[in-house]
Amino acid sequence: MLAAIGVDSMDGLLVDIPRSLRIESLALPAGLSEFETMAQVKALAARNRVFADRLTFRGGGVYRRFIPAAVAAVTSKPEFYSAYTPYQPEASQGTLQAIYEFQTLIAELTALDVANASMYDGATAVAEAAMMAHIQTGRNEVLVAGYLHPEYLEVLRAFSDGRGIKVRKGIEANAKTAAVIFQQPDFLGMLVDARGLTEGAHQAGALAIACVDPISLAIVAPPGEYGADIAAGEGQQLGLSPSYGGPHVGFIACTKELVRKLPGRLIGTSHDAAGRRGFVLTLTAREQHIRRERATSNICTNHSLCALAASVYLTYMGAAGLRQIAEVSFKRAHALAERLSKLPGWEMAFPDRQFLYEFPIRVPKGPALNRRLARKGILGGLDVHRWFRELKGVQTFTCTEVNDARALDELLEAVAS
Amino acid sequence: MTELLSFEKSRPDAQSPRLPDAEVDGPSPADVLTADQRRTTPPGLPRLSEPEIMRHYSRLASLNYAISKQFYPLGSCTMKYNPVANEIAAALPGFADLHPYQDEDSVQGALSLMWRLEQALCAVVGVERVTLQPAAGAHGEWTALRMIQAFHRSRGESRTEVLVPDSAHGTNPASAALSGFHVVEVKSGPDGRISLADLESKLSPSVAALMLTNPNTLGLFEREILDVAEMVHATGAKLYYDGANLNAFMGICRPGDMGFDAVHMNLHKTFTTPHGGGGPGAGPVGVKAELVPFLPTPTVERLNGHLKLDFKRPQSIGRVRSFYGNFGMLVRAYTYILAMGCDGLTQASLDAVLSANYLRHEVHGVLDMPHDGACMHEFVSSAHNLAPRGIKALDVAKGLLERDFYAPTIYFPLVVPEAIMVEPTETESKATLDAFASAIKAIVKQAEDDPQALHDAPHGLPVGRLDEVATARSINSYLQGQSEDPVLRWKPAP
Repeated sequence: MLAAIGVDSMDGLLVDIPRSLRIESLALPAGLSEFETMAQVKALAARNRVFADRLTFRGGGVYRRFIPAAVAAVTSKPEFYSAYTPYQPEASQGTLQAIYEFQTLIAELTALDVANASMYDGATAVAEAAMMAHIQTGRNEVLVAGYLHPEYLEVLRAFSDGRGIKVRKGIEANAKTAAVIFQQPDFLGMLVDARGLTEGAHQAGALAIACVDPISLAIVAPPGEYGADIAAGEGQQLGLSPSYGGPHVGFIACTKELVRKLPGRLIGTSHDAAGRRGFVLTLTAREQHIRRERATSNICTNHSLCALAASVYLTYMGAAGLRQIAEVSFKRAHALAERLSKLPGWEMAFPDRQFLYEFPIRVPKGPALNRRLARKGILGGLDVHRWFRELKGVQTFTCTEVNDARALDELLEAVAS
Repeated sequence: MTELLSFEKSRPDAQSPRLPDAEVDGPSPADVLTADQRRTTPPGLPRLSEPEIMRHYSRLASLNYAISKQFYPLGSCTMKYNPVANEIAAALPGFADLHPYQDEDSVQGALSLMWRLEQALCAVVGVERVTLQPAAGAHGEWTALRMIQAFHRSRGESRTEVLVPDSAHGTNPASAALSGFHVVEVKSGPDGRISLADLESKLSPSVAALMLTNPNTLGLFEREILDVAEMVHATGAKLYYDGANLNAFMGICRPGDMGFDAVHMNLHKTFTTPHGGGGPGAGPVGVKAELVPFLPTPTVERLNGHLKLDFKRPQSIGRVRSFYGNFGMLVRAYTYILAMGCDGLTQASLDAVLSANYLRHEVHGVLDMPHDGACMHEFVSSAHNLAPRGIKALDVAKGLLERDFYAPTIYFPLVVPEAIMVEPTETESKATLDAFASAIKAIVKQAEDDPQALHDAPHGLPVGRLDEVATARSINSYLQGQSEDPVLRWKPAP
């Protein structure tokens, strides 16, 4: 090949690199065979402690749930995972149609008009929703009501700071408020007055942004039913492993009035000259590769393969399956709350508030308890005091369909021992 | 072949999957929640059996081109093969089943992997520290600019402009604008490289940073990079490296040595994590010492062999996403780096440069080459010479699809008319490169003999060229209330 090009050596091709910049070699070990590589990687994996899903009672935004085998069987198809962004639609109909189905599934779940092709995670989805509200209203302040996931709040602050948007806590919207943001159920697992918050936002001419849990939407009112303008959230529960926090998938859906303010990719239907239906990336004039510094967002690569996982999951479950998952989780969490709150020194942190499948409870000597539970293979509640000063001694516990009745007994026994 | 939507195949009589019962006494949602709190209409999700689902997605998969089947000569995208071992590694229960809020003691392997990956990336690009948190390239760009902004603010300076070359990827100006900067464009000279004269005229005390890709988006190494760095630093601004083209010189030279202060990398380009049809990726950012205090929280720190997450970083720009980044992608990239080592990574870059130069040589004279001399890992050609036959870069791209190649990047960079940007990567054999060059020659001949056939390409794919204008028009009708069809989602026929 060098001869064909007409040079003697690779140096003949690297002539533009100043000599002073050339390095001898990288300060890294030499390469390994696949066998040796995997031995090292497995050794690292073995230094982590994996808690059984049925004995995991910790949530806080990432949950253990049953993942149908069909999900990995689809996402591990190299035609999906090793495909590029579908810029050439004729050669990418598989990905395009799958994302179009994802957009429809999310629009159905949230009962809103349109959803995009996916975001990085729940935190950036909420932050981008706030940016949409800022662009739409021309206002420079967003209100965060109640217990939004603390990490989402941090990301929202980082995004807002760049655009000169003020983030305030509270529910009293005024003429400066671009949006009221709330999480339903909130970070602690409790239901908020989504309807009231939405009305309050609208009365001040602000948008209502609901950060929602997709599984919950099988049983609780979706944003479209109470008039929220934007729904954003984290889709990890839809068939994705915890994977130490990622990759998961953010989603964002909105009313038709806001479609042109949506960040990221959108797929629409089209047809070819022979009249065959096909799918294409559309409304790209919003995006960075066309509009550059005037784009609605800088997002380019998103989380397409994770969106595919979520689509397979939702198609597998159907509305009835999703409802059963949500109801089983609901019943078990309420049963667990009932039993834990009877223990000496334990009490529900907000006894008057309703919850779904995660709840906050005051726990005596929480850190010591969690160490004791860990010795029995149980991943106990999440200590939320590290984020909220007023919640000293409070942990949140989560129950899903993977925590069977016997697992609840084991937790209770371990707590009592 | 096309495939119906899952919604169109849905059967109301399809059985729901068997799922656990509650097995405990507890209230149902209907017992506890008010009607106002409950959902009134169930979501319209499709109902299909598992075999129907598997067929549906298998058929969709067969409609895709993918790096596992085709050559992807996509300039600036670095579509290299994704080793299967990476996938196995990320799926190990010791990684996949970790909860992000487990105690540090129970995740020492994960933290160690992150620490080692950070060290390896530092070695490859020549920086002090790396944050693994950004989820994608554009996210990394923005993270880097926020750090640069925080650095200037910490010195009491308000710098409001970011310089971006006219050949830059669109995410660069978008990321700068989202950080609150005013974007100022710097022109390329006639040789495709940044114009030092234009740069000089745009530099001022209000400039926070220059964003640069090297080799640039034309595949050319910025020969005068050391002068550029000196000019930028002399005004107190920072130099940002867009890592889209890092695959050109691993083990050959390092952005840190060139004077770059912040360096973003795409693990889904250079380090073989799969592109997934549009993500998930990962966009770590490396920084020199002056920017270290501003890294996102948490960082991974090592104390006496024990690894911990450090949240106490008073000057940090804060969090840019939840948790610690796309950890599963970090596992894949680390696995790749372990397998390749110093020798393998260097060879990968050398092979990528060799492939690009060979292919450039093979199609030189067949397509226009706007720039002379050797290229790095990619080159930009132009279909401008086919204009007399009415053939555009788009037609060449569609002709390649018809010949079982994915298309190169077209119409980018914007500074070259009818641009066709080709990046073969180290993955491809000489035989594949020769076949691709033959396909280009056949297309150019077809442009002479039968241009209409090329306008009609691609034949034999699941669909022909789609009417994107009609799509946008239909969406407009929907948004203006003139149509009920949302176009962006399926709806049952009324």
